Amino acid sequence: MLGNITLGQYYPGDSLVHRLDPRTKILVTLLLIVAIFLAKTALGYVSLSILVLLVIALARLPYLLVFRSIKPLALIIILTLGLHLFLGQGEKVIWSYKFISITEEGLQMGVKMSMRLILLLMFSSILTFTTSPIVLTDGIESLLRPFRKIGVPAHELAMMMTIALRFIPTLLEETDRIVKAQTARGADFASGNILQKAKNMLPILIPLFISAFRRADDLAIAMEARCYRGGEGRTRMHQLAYGMRDGGAFVFAFLVLGLELFLRWNPSLTLPF
Amino acid sequence: MSLKLENVSYTYMPGTPYEHQALKNVNLEIRKGEFVALIGHTGSGKSTLVQHLNGLLHPTKGVATIDGTDMAGKKKEAKEARNKVGMVFQYPEHQLFAETVFEDVAFGPRNLGLSEEEVQQRVRDALKFVGLDFDTYVNRSPFGLSGGQMRRVAIAGVVAMNPDYLILDEPSAGLDPGARNAVFREIEELYKKRKIGIIMVTHSMEEAAKFATRLLVISNGEVILDGKPERIFREDKARLLEVGMDVPQVFKLADLLRSKGMRLPNDITDSAVLLQEIRKRKGW
Repeated sequence: MLGNITLGQYYPGDSLVHRLDPRTKILVTLLLIVAIFLAKTALGYVSLSILVLLVIALARLPYLLVFRSIKPLALIIILTLGLHLFLGQGEKVIWSYKFISITEEGLQMGVKMSMRLILLLMFSSILTFTTSPIVLTDGIESLLRPFRKIGVPAHELAMMMTIALRFIPTLLEETDRIVKAQTARGADFASGNILQKAKNMLPILIPLFISAFRRADDLAIAMEARCYRGGEGRTRMHQLAYGMRDGGAFVFAFLVLGLELFLRWNPSLTLPF
Repeated sequence: MSLKLENVSYTYMPGTPYEHQALKNVNLEIRKGEFVALIGHTGSGKSTLVQHLNGLLHPTKGVATIDGTDMAGKKKEAKEARNKVGMVFQYPEHQLFAETVFEDVAFGPRNLGLSEEEVQQRVRDALKFVGLDFDTYVNRSPFGLSGGQMRRVAIAGVVAMNPDYLILDEPSAGLDPGARNAVFREIEELYKKRKIGIIMVTHSMEEAAKFATRLLVISNGEVILDGKPERIFREDKARLLEVGMDVPQVFKLADLLRSKGMRLPNDITDSAVLLQEIRKRKGW
């Protein structure tokens, strides 16, 4: 029932993108997101779309997998498109029926806004598809380290994230087992009104909370027993190191950024068709 | 009257990189009145198999039926059929949730839609079966009990549904020897009194040899051996060792004694019986 949830949606692989340093991937993704917001003209969006497809090919991810990551926000994207389409103000009416009318400006705006959302989702899911959650937290910790001086608890945050990520599958498994056990005792989670349904969840929630607290306790003791005392002076088993390809990725990201800037200030450049 | 698996295959997470086939074309029939021990390595597919026997998992391919009703059905009969099979999971005490022992044991019977008196009676019987005194325990919180007592309350919660078949997934895991023996005594008594079908998943060859009337050995998602425990332990020792299982100590000892020339009967499954035989031979 819950077996189909792949957490952090990591898609194992050994492509160039997979092997990039997590810090590079996070920063490059941020740069590309800035580039998405810079895009203004059709040419800008088209070039970014081609770029997304290229990166997916480079990461050797199945296209369908990446496209599927749009699904959770599909409703919002459709809503965005719809609102701009029907409520957008403009001169050139291309279609109208009674009080509803669609203008060219509205259409353009709607398509651009939804493209923006789609590109955002796709770039960020390429990041999570090619980076395992643990490596990703390592990267975040490393990037946040300079901010420790102003009181950002980088290590603690990363440790909390790592632990949370580590225990999500465990808790899901536990939930699965409890749901099955209570189902075997004839529990019915689907019927009744909202109040009844909430009450029906108790036989799952109570054991789940108890086990979560027990696990947290055990983990705390195990960490204490191994002398864990926070990030100060702690060395890592896997040291992050930038390589040649990371430099390449940054150069590439800045080129894309430059291209989008150029296209933004030269709106006269349009598609040949 | 039987639980039946026909050509059952099951695949976890099909279509992802994590795809894994846990059961391969399993054919199996378990009748009421049988005490089946299911043994196999970690990851051999034992848990997946038993979850097919009460409809918690539905076969990717094949059919699982109980007394002729397909458990994968959406209809009421399928649900009622599934209620005939009780399932005690590993560490069942982790599923306790109610404020009192009574409420927890009554959860199953209430879900069956029984009247309040009947529920009361079922709880009384079930607690008696697992050896907990009704008046002492009904109003206590299950979370204040010892590990062994919690496990018994959890087992009582399943027994109270009066299942025709009872599945137990490693009922003795994590218990001390005293509590372990008590749990087994209760399971055996339940089996003898109610003549239900019992399927017990276990790692312990000793337990399998002692209680089961039939032994199923599963390896890599396939049932590789099926028969009387004493026959399998005697005749298929090589196959068992091959898949990383072992024969009970009693059998090893009896084998050794036989090879040294002592004449012993072929069906020794219990250390007490073996001792008796040795005494008889030696005239101690």
